[in-house]
Amino acid sequence: MTAIETDVARPGRFGPYGGSYVPETLVPAVAALRDAYAAAQRDPAFWDALHQLHQRYTGRPTALSHAARLSRELGGAQIYLKREDLAHTGAHKINNALGQGLLAQRMGRRRIIAETGAGQHGVATATVCALLGLECVVYMGVDDMARQAPNVFRMRLLGADVRGVTSGSRTLKDAINEAMRDWVTNPDSYYLLGSALGPHPYPTMVRDFQSVIGHEAREQMLRLVGRLPDLVIACVGGGSNAIGMFHAFLDDQSVALRGVEAGGRGQTLGEHAARFSGGRPGVLQGTYTYVLQDGDGQIGLTHSVSAGLDYAAVGPEHAALHDRGRAQYTAADDAAALVAFQRLARTEGILPALESAHAVAEAIRLAPSMAPDQSILINLSGRGDKDIFTIADLLGVTLNG
Amino acid sequence: MGRIADTFARLRAEGRAALMPYLMSGYPTRGALLDLVPALEAAGADLFEIGIPFSDPLADGATIQRAAERALANGQRLPDTIAEIARLRAAGVRAPLVLMGYVNPFLQYGIDRLLADVAAAGIDGLIIPDLPPEEAGEIQRACAAHGLDLIMFVAPTTPDERISEIAALASGFIYCVSLTGVTGARRSLWSGLPEFLGRVRARSSVPLVVGFGISTAGHVAEVARHADGAIVASALISAIDQSPDDAVAAAVAFVRGLAPGTAVV
Ligand SMILES: Cc1ncc(COP(=O)(O)O)c(C=O)c1O
Repeated sequence: MTAIETDVARPGRFGPYGGSYVPETLVPAVAALRDAYAAAQRDPAFWDALHQLHQRYTGRPTALSHAARLSRELGGAQIYLKREDLAHTGAHKINNALGQGLLAQRMGRRRIIAETGAGQHGVATATVCALLGLECVVYMGVDDMARQAPNVFRMRLLGADVRGVTSGSRTLKDAINEAMRDWVTNPDSYYLLGSALGPHPYPTMVRDFQSVIGHEAREQMLRLVGRLPDLVIACVGGGSNAIGMFHAFLDDQSVALRGVEAGGRGQTLGEHAARFSGGRPGVLQGTYTYVLQDGDGQIGLTHSVSAGLDYAAVGPEHAALHDRGRAQYTAADDAAALVAFQRLARTEGILPALESAHAVAEAIRLAPSMAPDQSILINLSGRGDKDIFTIADLLGVTLNG
Repeated sequence: MGRIADTFARLRAEGRAALMPYLMSGYPTRGALLDLVPALEAAGADLFEIGIPFSDPLADGATIQRAAERALANGQRLPDTIAEIARLRAAGVRAPLVLMGYVNPFLQYGIDRLLADVAAAGIDGLIIPDLPPEEAGEIQRACAAHGLDLIMFVAPTTPDERISEIAALASGFIYCVSLTGVTGARRSLWSGLPEFLGRVRARSSVPLVVGFGISTAGHVAEVARHADGAIVASALISAIDQSPDDAVAAAVAFVRGLAPGTAVV
């Protein structure tokens, strides 16, 4: 691999993965962000401000729920849900948006750029911009705008300028391209990237802001259940909710970690977003990681019923955890996610986001083969209200009839 | 000396700046380079930047994005482009040819194999817009071993100390990005361009070539006052776009119209 500097000690590298593959115009902006984050990281006042917002605005800590009826039905391991769906705006995305929003404010930036797939990150960013009085531009693929229409309207109600992206596959990847083009043109704007992707320092910074999930959940498991879970499951789009959950457990060797990608509707390129089984290392949008691509290095199309998992690359830290064997990665397909969505709704009274339903599907698959004194912790990354139109469509139900 | 250095030395002696058209390989049709390059060389082009289409060209504006989409839809692949360039050399094209492509297709081809194949085909250098010097070390050493120039970028946002660091690594020429933004034709040049080019000139000894947004003979003439060459991309692609039935004639007419701008007065 002549091309890639594999020095593990370099900042922003996770084994050979990560790095910062950006055009020269952006290098100074990325360096300024890296330095500003490094300074904020060392400043207790910064974390204190974020902590206050978590408590008084987001509603943290989020609950840990025992999915008692689902566990009983499955007849195996006890299933616990980390309820990020209860966070303000309905998903874990707010954790990162608040952290980066405070950083943007600290850097004196007035204009925020973001991309969004499912719309959850866009809503979280629009929310934070309203809270902090910042201008907000959100890029979103027009295909995602169609399937996540409620979130488009929410963003506009929050005062964001939502711009449809018609290039490429018209989904998350293309929204990131467009957001980066805006940033290249306006390097004084703050690019508030929504997952643990992109050039250094984003994968590290987003992970740090999402780590609150795992720290809370680990402490809650010890306090409420009396022991650590045997298995932790999270869905993996770009990988932010998963890395935020996994990080607190990395040193707990008894805890197995499992990321669930979108298996979509088939195994050929274009029909899924399973980067680990279907991709190979390459560079996309600033980072070296597993990428779905053809033999020529052209980025592959992807499909998932859930817009938030419908992306051709995975966060670089997951690539390193995968290669080291510290976490396992599997895929749940569209059909399994739909079944899991309905099952969680009826057994626990919770509509999960379609993204999170992929993690629930994996728990449904694995729990029966585990013992009742074992436990599974699922990161329930978001709520499913945004998905009801998609679900109705899939179930052949007509709304507004 | 290589072809790139020879060309700039000759042009300096002639009192001219270099005119460097950008052509997207596979656009408007597969194999179009085979006709376009010789015709434009005869029309006054001094060097060529040959684009490799990529699905996700994040430094490019709408015109080059569309050309890349079209080239990919036409089935143009990297080995095709390399083979076409070998044929151009066999047919007597003497202008320096520099491949411009995003890093992932190059990585997947395999860097060692790529550099051996492009050097054998008669390519003189590589431009990789998403490979900043911090990530370029190994590729740059490998390029040097194959006698290829890895072209470095500087941008209006690049601080002076960094310009000096980049200039120390540069070979062939330095690609000066003419504006803070993506590629695409513009009506006028950025007013800060002379000052920016002055900052770069003061810190480097290799030729400076300016690209992004250069669209008219007037732009080329303005650039020629402060730099050693001008790259014209989106405006040329638009000219080709408007005459899909006779791409060569349209491109020749456009480049002929630009060429008078290269005289250094
Ligand atoms: C609820 C929810 N979960 C998960 C994801 C996937 O992103 P990530 O892998 O970064 O957590 C999204 C993305 O939009 C989401 O909205």
